[in-house]
Amino acid sequence: MNKNSNYRQVYLDHSATTPVDERVLNEMLPYFSDKFGNANSIHGFGSEAALAVDTARRKIAKLIDAKHTEIYFTSGGTEADNWALKGVAFARRDRGKHIITSSIEHAAIMASCKQLEAQGYELTYLSVNEKGLVSPAELKKALRSDTILVSVMLANNEVGTVQPVKELCEITHEAGVLFHTDAVQAMGSIPVSVKDLGVDMLTFSAHKFYGPKGVGALYIKGGVKPDKFVVGGHQERTMRGGTTNVPCVAGMAKALELAVENLDENAKHIKSLRDYFVSEVEKKIPHVIYNGDREKRLPQNANFSFEFIEGESLLLNLDLCGIACSSGSACSSGSLEPSHVLLAMGLKHETAHGSIRFTFGKGNTKEDVDYTVEKLIEIVGKLRAISPLFAEFKEGIINV
Amino acid sequence: MYNERVIKEFSNPQNAGELKDANAIGQVGNASCGDIMKIFMKINSDNVIEDVSFQTFGCAAAIATSSVATAMIKGKTVDEALKITNSQVVEELGGLPAQKLHCSVLAEEAIKAAIQDYLKKYKKEN
Repeated sequence: MNKNSNYRQVYLDHSATTPVDERVLNEMLPYFSDKFGNANSIHGFGSEAALAVDTARRKIAKLIDAKHTEIYFTSGGTEADNWALKGVAFARRDRGKHIITSSIEHAAIMASCKQLEAQGYELTYLSVNEKGLVSPAELKKALRSDTILVSVMLANNEVGTVQPVKELCEITHEAGVLFHTDAVQAMGSIPVSVKDLGVDMLTFSAHKFYGPKGVGALYIKGGVKPDKFVVGGHQERTMRGGTTNVPCVAGMAKALELAVENLDENAKHIKSLRDYFVSEVEKKIPHVIYNGDREKRLPQNANFSFEFIEGESLLLNLDLCGIACSSGSACSSGSLEPSHVLLAMGLKHETAHGSIRFTFGKGNTKEDVDYTVEKLIEIVGKLRAISPLFAEFKEGIINV
Repeated sequence: MYNERVIKEFSNPQNAGELKDANAIGQVGNASCGDIMKIFMKINSDNVIEDVSFQTFGCAAAIATSSVATAMIKGKTVDEALKITNSQVVEELGGLPAQKLHCSVLAEEAIKAAIQDYLKKYKKEN
């Protein structure tokens, strides 16, 4: 919908994307028209661009405790996830065709798994508990002699739960199997060190941490050799073809540098707003369910189910008041099934349909929270007043 | 995604809420699919729908179709209301996104369900 300028604009959808930080933009600008060379050209224009790419690669590597030869730039998180899964699946098919993932992964992983299943691979989807956490014990039981890869996300995009990746990775390595993690939501929000986590591959994407859209990377530990995914030229040490997106790569490095430098300060601010929001909603709106573990959770994420109402209608009403958030409702996506994450956590279909994700960012204020809570009270009240489910509940016909 | 008319009907729906003296009630859809539409009607002895209202659990399209569908049948006879089709409801709204067309079907079904409810009672009384 168009932005309504009559209202305060409150952006609470930072897990969808973030605005590019001005310092990031300034880092990118020279590489569009001035230093526009192709990083693969051997002339001066090319060398200038190649230097920028190399500098960015070294900077990013250092920030996540990797070597610069272990960073491969991609078009974003989705490509990196596709590459990690299919690259290992194809490279190791002679050793086995069993892959383990979780039931709450991002669509980039889920859809890749479905494609692999259609090609004869066998997938195990680890369950999660009602708080949205994967169990290391279940992983241990799921590992087999023909397992070639385990992929479990570092933090979930819908409910923000932070998975025990270090422990999951240790268990996986004990079985001699490779481990990949999708760290798209976690990067820039919580500390991420590939060395500490011990992972073999890790996906991230710049636009989640105030960098540009259309750029991401796959960390591939030295010695790990997935098949190539996007083939073409000799870019990324021949592992990923395609002219390097120099401005975006430079921007991603700057964005990650800023995110890591200011991580504690930003996380503290964002968490305090999120915690204030959660306590206000729980105090002032009856019949809400806070989805996901309260502690093992990204600082920016709050996910609520508002009983008796449907998520999309709540989302659009908030949008009409200038508040942007997102919904786990099927109706926003065009499918009839609500969020697979919330269903995996055991929520009833109708409750999952009424779920809304609010994700805070460094630019949000306490006034944003107060305004959002005020509008939420109004809108939830209005939608419940016309909800047949709420009417039945009041008459005692259904229980929650 | 939605046109202005849909947004208007959704954010400020006509005929929303329970109709206390309804003599016909129809409910269709189910919560697990994310849509329930309940239509209340007050039908007089001349088979005219004197008053109508709705309660809907559902997305913006479901609420907007409930609003216009109820407005379209107010004051109409039962026979006229039975002739309302989902495409007429969509036309009245100036169109719906393809994946939301099922909401308009729900409105047509809810109207029919309410009228069936009335006809059943009416037959019993006579």
